[in-house]
Amino acid sequence: MKGYNFAYLDEQTKRMLRRALLKAVAIPGHQIPFAAREMPLPYGWGTGGIQVTAAVLGRCDTLKVIDQGADDTTNAVSIRRFFARTAGVATTTRTAHATIIQTRHRIPETALTEAQIIVYQVPQPEPLYRLEPSRTETRRMHALSEYGAMHVRLYEQVARYGQIAISYDYPVMVNGRHLMAPSPIPAFDNPKMHRMPALQLFGAGREKRIYAVPPYTDVASLDFEDYPFRAGRAPHACALCGAQASYLDEVVTDDRGGRMFVCSDTDYCASRREQAP
Amino acid sequence: MAYVAVKGGERAIDAAHAWLAAARRGDGTVPSMQTAQIREQLGRAVDRVMAEGSLYDPDLAALAIKQAQGDLIEAGFLLRAFRTTLPRFAAALPVDTAAMRLARRISAIFKDLPGGQVLGPTYDYTHRLLDFSLLEDRPAADAPEAGAHPGPAPRIPDILGQEGLLEADIRSDAEPFDITRAPLAFPAGRDARLQGLARGDEGFLLGLGYSTQRGYGNNHPFVGELRVGEVDVEIVPAELGFAVCIGTVTLTECQMVNQFAGSKTEPAQFTRGYGLAFGHAERRAMAMALVDRALRAEELGEALTAPAQDPQFVLATCDNIEATGFVEHLKLPHYVDFQSELETVRRLRATAGSAPGAGPPPGAVPPDEPP
Repeated sequence: MKGYNFAYLDEQTKRMLRRALLKAVAIPGHQIPFAAREMPLPYGWGTGGIQVTAAVLGRCDTLKVIDQGADDTTNAVSIRRFFARTAGVATTTRTAHATIIQTRHRIPETALTEAQIIVYQVPQPEPLYRLEPSRTETRRMHALSEYGAMHVRLYEQVARYGQIAISYDYPVMVNGRHLMAPSPIPAFDNPKMHRMPALQLFGAGREKRIYAVPPYTDVASLDFEDYPFRAGRAPHACALCGAQASYLDEVVTDDRGGRMFVCSDTDYCASRREQAP
Repeated sequence: MAYVAVKGGERAIDAAHAWLAAARRGDGTVPSMQTAQIREQLGRAVDRVMAEGSLYDPDLAALAIKQAQGDLIEAGFLLRAFRTTLPRFAAALPVDTAAMRLARRISAIFKDLPGGQVLGPTYDYTHRLLDFSLLEDRPAADAPEAGAHPGPAPRIPDILGQEGLLEADIRSDAEPFDITRAPLAFPAGRDARLQGLARGDEGFLLGLGYSTQRGYGNNHPFVGELRVGEVDVEIVPAELGFAVCIGTVTLTECQMVNQFAGSKTEPAQFTRGYGLAFGHAERRAMAMALVDRALRAEELGEALTAPAQDPQFVLATCDNIEATGFVEHLKLPHYVDFQSELETVRRLRATAGSAPGAGPPPGAVPPDEPP
């Protein structure tokens, strides 16, 4: 794009980002502060993910952007256009064809490979912030692996509700060392992070933090032996493709309680319908 | 009703932007506004956008205000996003506000002082009566003897400081922290704090400053001095080795003189809060000075009891570009998170339903707000 560097950010800024990314990969799950720039899109709308994508994007890459699992949600469209315009890279909606996937709130159903990078947009990188608002204090808690407070929170839910009641942004332990916010993906997606062959990068622009999970790293959802982690989904099959195990969106069809359930991953659903006889 | 997946986000976005452009222009029979008119006649709006957009450029600020239909936070965002793409070719020398060409200078702690009290172009003492004559396009009355700027006047610390009654200016040649190039970490130094406040939301700073006056971290402020005027901006180009003036900026500076500190061994002296803003922005500079002083509570050994004294609370919240983005991001789809919550609530209700008449237990943990 005339007047702007490849993928919008100048090379010095990309270098700063790549240094933070290298640190993040070296210490899986540990939050690295970085000097996030103002982007021409609002904070909270994916500026962290956009900066990470801009830092790893090359001319030969093929980019896929999803929001809520879908390629055609307006913010996904907007971010995909941003890179098509500022970097001129190829874009795709096909998970298997993408080399970089930027996502908000979902991990694709199709298993990712070593040849792919998934970039998560993160609103709040600090998994402990609801328990301890002071970042000075949470930094100390991470340094000492002092995560008892989070276990107490889970225990309180078991005591009150008879089960753990966190539905999304379900906290995970990475590499047995760092407690990490997986971003607001449904807990259903958490198991996909465990030993994923693709590199997982996380960008929080407003909070100015980057973190990462390198390929084949252990990612464990917090739980108890007698109250094991459970990944919930709506107990239905997709009304369009019949998938039994995908994550479903609930669509309101009328004002008399009518509902239908369809795959949240639009590419997965469309591919299954194409392959169906 | 058959279900049709929503497609055509791209077309919807284009159509929305075209509609926005038409709405921005408004009634085509009314003459279009020139940015020069905004710059000249909506100067206080321009000043606020320059401060919160952290870029001193009245023409671009006027353009941003026009483009944003007068939404000043949106305008500040436009300016900020432009600023971040600009190369940095030099760093200015510290500006000398004692050499300011004053348009206004008042002190609330001395009846008279060297340089005098200069009211200048102020809304103070105007009666807030709508002036219906402005509905008509009349030439403005001439201001009395425009350009009669009083000479440079010493700043209040230069006066009180001589006696040691006021804590001294911090002199340092150390490279200041730069919140636009390094991530802010807590605890934050005063240089980083002042930078954050200088571009913080005026309304938020006003509220926080006001909260200190209402007992939440009071620091007994006096306006030592408030001055508005032009200062020269100088740089030292490497190939020249001496300072050259590259332009002038209008600044508002507030020196707040606060509650004294001291002990049996340390002689008592007044402390200070400092506010500085682009343009003519007295409310902003004063609020900033109150909050700057409140944030020094820990350094000065005061009890930390109020929000205005908590650097993380103030600095991580005061940036309205960040705040508006995150508040407004709630408009983005959250179907997936909401679906996961629906399933959880249904599961909990199914479990609770097995006990007759069982509602949620008292003191149930409220569900987390959507991120």
